[in-house]
Amino acid sequence: MTMDNPRPPPRRRFSVALGSRELKGLFWQVLVVGIAVAVIGFLWSNTVTNLSARRITTGFAFLGREAGMPIADSLLSYNPRDSYLWAFVVGIANTLRVAVIGIVLATVLGTLIGISRLSANWLLSRLAAVYVETLRDIPLLLQLLFWYVLMQALPAARAAWRPIDGVFLSNRGLIVPSIPIDTPQIWVLGAAVLGMIVFYAVQRYLVSQQMRDGQPRPAWPYAAVLIFVLPALLSWWLGVSWTVAWPELRGFNFVDGLTLAPEYFALLIALVTYTSAFIAEIVRSGIQSVPSGQWDAANALGLRRSFMLRQIILPQALRVIVPPMTSQYLNLTKNSSLAVAIGYQDVVSIANTTLNQTGQAIEAIALIMAVFLTISLSISFFMNWYNARIALVER
Amino acid sequence: MTAITDSPEVPRAARRPQMGNPVLRWLRTNLFSSIPNGILTVVLLAVLGKGVFSFVQWGLANAVWLTPANDSSACRAVRGFGACWAIIPEKYRFILFGIYPFDEQWRPALSVLLFIALFYLSSRRALWRRELVYLWIAVLGLISVLMWGGVLGLSFVSQDRWGGLPVTLILATFGLAFGFPLGILVALGRRSKLPAIRSLSVLYVELIRGVPLVSLLFMASVMFPLFMPSGFNIDKLLRAQIAIILFAGAYLAEVIRGGLQAVPRGQYEAADALGLSYWRKNRLIVLPQAIRHVIPPLVNTFIAFFKDTSLVLIIGIFDLLTTAKTAIIDPAWQQFSVEVYIFVAAIYFVFCFAMSRYSRSLEATSGR
Repeated sequence: MTMDNPRPPPRRRFSVALGSRELKGLFWQVLVVGIAVAVIGFLWSNTVTNLSARRITTGFAFLGREAGMPIADSLLSYNPRDSYLWAFVVGIANTLRVAVIGIVLATVLGTLIGISRLSANWLLSRLAAVYVETLRDIPLLLQLLFWYVLMQALPAARAAWRPIDGVFLSNRGLIVPSIPIDTPQIWVLGAAVLGMIVFYAVQRYLVSQQMRDGQPRPAWPYAAVLIFVLPALLSWWLGVSWTVAWPELRGFNFVDGLTLAPEYFALLIALVTYTSAFIAEIVRSGIQSVPSGQWDAANALGLRRSFMLRQIILPQALRVIVPPMTSQYLNLTKNSSLAVAIGYQDVVSIANTTLNQTGQAIEAIALIMAVFLTISLSISFFMNWYNARIALVER
Repeated sequence: MTAITDSPEVPRAARRPQMGNPVLRWLRTNLFSSIPNGILTVVLLAVLGKGVFSFVQWGLANAVWLTPANDSSACRAVRGFGACWAIIPEKYRFILFGIYPFDEQWRPALSVLLFIALFYLSSRRALWRRELVYLWIAVLGLISVLMWGGVLGLSFVSQDRWGGLPVTLILATFGLAFGFPLGILVALGRRSKLPAIRSLSVLYVELIRGVPLVSLLFMASVMFPLFMPSGFNIDKLLRAQIAIILFAGAYLAEVIRGGLQAVPRGQYEAADALGLSYWRKNRLIVLPQAIRHVIPPLVNTFIAFFKDTSLVLIIGIFDLLTTAKTAIIDPAWQQFSVEVYIFVAAIYFVFCFAMSRYSRSLEATSGR
């Protein structure tokens, strides 16, 4: 039979038979991965040789040793006899202290300035524009050094500025009155946090009820009872005292009150003002992205201004605002590593000292990277979750 | 609180019947449209007036502009209530050029001018042609000759004597010149259908963007020597430059990826239908469109990146900010760091503001 067939089957090129696309793809992948592996292998073997030549031992065993470095300003209790591991933990706490407070303040300030830029008041909107343009176009490190120099130029503790009673600003930093928090107070605060969680559930229930019958149900009485009244009753019942510790100048230094060290304060101001300029632009573009027809429609319905902003404009603006805001939060957190320039001991600065003391460069930098990757991933995870919640669901 | 304008497109003046003096009308609509607005205006004017007044008093009226060389006594006399601008003429050559040999400082100065000319020409849309790439190569080569010397009768100046503004411009420009093609490759890699290439690109971008630039710079300054064969030593500036290129590549890759996503599928399909190869398809059809989409965010990335080069201060490279910080170590002038920082901030501001204006104008024209 085959003999009868006058035409031989068409000859196909080998590559076509295998699918030239797949083959090409395979070739490129092998090439790129091969190069990557070769480069990493080269660096790795050099590193191993260099480490043994310099008699540097690798591994994280050094973390258990006594750190011996002073940490001036920390949330957690620390003394130089503690281990490197604990020093790192203290550093992470310091980084988080700057980042979390910085994010909150920058969001508030940035939103205010972003809204001011859209104000009908010409002067206010111009001033906000100048603020944004100036702060965005000067390197953060320069601003940080500038604030730090200003902090150091403040008068000494004895001649401290007192903008309001109980608040002192001197070259020792900002000293504010504080409320000492101890076990009984923590119980009351815990009750308030519990109240917030319960209130969140209650609010979801109220919204679902409103979705069913369209009747608005005010949530604020629940909030007042759960978050304020019940904890207050608990506090009264347990007899917890909420005395304010007023700072006082005694000798050459302050006693009582809460001290924000100059390094911390300068870092916080620099991060907050710098980031707020970027946040202001994000907020402005978010609000402007809401079509003007939405404003007109809300006006036509005769809605109150606050209601209109809260229920109509903001939910739409947030969709535009949240993704870029996430990267600003990440930037602020990463930028807090500039602390090393003015000697605030965040995790980077402590890792740097460790590196100089022990020579464990690879481990110290690996720890910095691990810490920041964890923080970055957590922030973007949370913000992505939030973004998915508020995103527009189409069909 | 402040009121939000209902819609920026509608002229506000249209709401009231127009009457009277135009100046008064302008004041009324823009500053005193309501009672809270009027109060706000008055408060702002008071605060602004006080701020401007004290700045004028400190920075102009009581300031010391010039002193005899190395004599800061006049500045000390006004300390606290007057600025000491005299520190700028005293130190400006150090701030701008670092410890580059004093008599040869015309060379870095000329390099700075060449850089500025290069940026200016690159910003002209009419000149966006292939020749611009050759111009870049030629000018960057010329700048290297000027800075290093050793040929054409110029004396050799080693890299560790470079400093100040030229170093900032070199770090930023070379960072972009190499980071940009790297970013394009990584962006293409991230959208590739090949899993190994895609995951390598994702890993690279996420690792670099997830950590602070400071830690990359530490890595360049401390760990790089460990990575290299013994006896192979590369300059600190070059190490920092490599870290900055890697950093720029990751950030630019994300911007370019955004542009690639904005190119409609039909364009890819049309290119495939023409039978173009992967590289020709991207070079001729996809990338030109993608990059045109993202020019404004690219310029914004350039701005961020130009500012971020100042972080090399942390590993002790003499860029503009480091020379400024070093200039005020001199005990005689130590107390006048604010003035120096203002001077350097003004230099950074001019560069960044020019770029941001440019990005604004591009946004306006590309919107058409």
